Amino acid sequence: MFDKFVRRILKPAVFLACLLPLSRLVAGAFGFAGVSLGANPAEEILETLGKWTLNFLFITLSVTPARELTGLAPLIRLRRMLGLFVFTYALLHFTTYLVLDQELDLAGVLEDVAKRPYITIGFAALLLLIPLAATSTNAMMRRLGRRWQKLHRLVYVIAILGVWHYYWQVKADVREPLVYAGILALLLGYRAWRAWQKKRRAQQQAGAKRASQSGLPAGPARRPQAS
Amino acid sequence: MRKTGKYDPRPSEITPEGVYLNRRTLIAGAVAAGLLPSIGWSESEPTGAQLRHSRNARLSTTEKPNSWEDITSYNNYFEFGTDKADPEVNARDFRARPWTVTVSGEAEVRGRYALEDILKPHALEERIYRLRCVERWSMVIPWIGFPLGDLIRRFKPTSRARFVQFTTLHDPRRMPGQRYPALEWPYREGLRMDEAMHPLAILGVGLYGRVLPNQNGAPLRLVVPWKYGMKSIKAIVGIAFTEKQPRNTWNVAQPEEYGFYMNVNPNVDHPRWSQARERRIGAGLFNEMQPTLMFNGYADQVASLYRGMDLAKYF
Repeated sequence: MFDKFVRRILKPAVFLACLLPLSRLVAGAFGFAGVSLGANPAEEILETLGKWTLNFLFITLSVTPARELTGLAPLIRLRRMLGLFVFTYALLHFTTYLVLDQELDLAGVLEDVAKRPYITIGFAALLLLIPLAATSTNAMMRRLGRRWQKLHRLVYVIAILGVWHYYWQVKADVREPLVYAGILALLLGYRAWRAWQKKRRAQQQAGAKRASQSGLPAGPARRPQAS
Repeated sequence: MRKTGKYDPRPSEITPEGVYLNRRTLIAGAVAAGLLPSIGWSESEPTGAQLRHSRNARLSTTEKPNSWEDITSYNNYFEFGTDKADPEVNARDFRARPWTVTVSGEAEVRGRYALEDILKPHALEERIYRLRCVERWSMVIPWIGFPLGDLIRRFKPTSRARFVQFTTLHDPRRMPGQRYPALEWPYREGLRMDEAMHPLAILGVGLYGRVLPNQNGAPLRLVVPWKYGMKSIKAIVGIAFTEKQPRNTWNVAQPEEYGFYMNVNPNVDHPRWSQARERRIGAGLFNEMQPTLMFNGYADQVASLYRGMDLAKYF
């Protein structure tokens, strides 16, 4: 039931919601619907696309914790779509920089990537998103098998690089980047805790198995956990 | 003519036409004079009390000034928040009167002065200047002010006075951005004496013929058009003549990125971005950026101040 709801209603709704930040920028760029991007629209667009890349990244990283904490497994259906929106917004953020900031001067871009550390890591984060986007299809998941899981762990590296890129970019007020870093710490911390939990449980199961085989009393019986 | 009704106003209650037609100006003027708290609408037309002034065409650019809306809604003024949109909102209730300026240091005449006494002897001029921010955006702004040199002469700096230091108000109750140490408060800036005496350097008190809005540095600010905007310190309460080069706040915050001179120079990169080009506010989203000019286009007038100086070293 819930699965149907996710497929037919929630997913399309989330898709449309993910388009909202972008549509606001498009409206503002052309002056539709009275939306204004302020005195420096190019800067506003670049900044908004960058922040929403991080926002969608955090939302994507929240899917698995949400599943695990609520037990609503079908939420997983949203994760790929959200991840692709991260890639989309990141690509648009870079394109804005390329077109409006560097005015299509590729040599200028390469110079920036080489000389400005915060752009180096921003660009690295974008490059790392490409293999993840390219292997997001069902066919790719089947083909890569267990290696798919390993490859997509790169998202943690990408998230760290993204927040770092933001922190290094601001002039003086680091409060917002620090908030982003805090949220990332929570999201990564959750995973670290789960991984540690699983390891501990596996060790206990192994211990119980050895105990039962040798006839010694085991600890309390534990139901194997679905991974 | 119909008979006077029960609810008709008495003649004494009817607003005189002149007052009625100028009510917005009067209200805004009262706001600017600190007599009324701000009511809170975003103005697209210049508002505030008008300032009598002459036009100085010789020292003004012929480029078209940016709109009042752009100039008063896009401000780097961390004392009122670090977002460009913050100062317009957070400075609404700031009372720029009464205001005191303290003159101190290596000068024969020193003391605490009411702003009116600082301003009284000076005839106001309109100077239309380019303003280039270190962040690579720029505007053209029709300031109202008077030459800083004229003020300095009144206080008779001694031969030991090689620099002029300026200090902004430090009052977190009135300037909410100062409750967070985004920068070291109060904001400080400085000029070499010959820079301060240059005819282009002015003290600004107005904009578009009106009293300076709060978010633009009311009631008194510096405008040094050949330097990055950070040098044009706002809400000045202190002017000091010093022997040693004064601290300037951005240099204290990030010495590898911001020096003392901060002359606009397309050949000297900021560590994190090139300074060769700039984005003119109001040029439209899809308009190109434009080349940055040496000394912001004032090279003819100011280059001689820096003859022989290594501008990459003294940035």
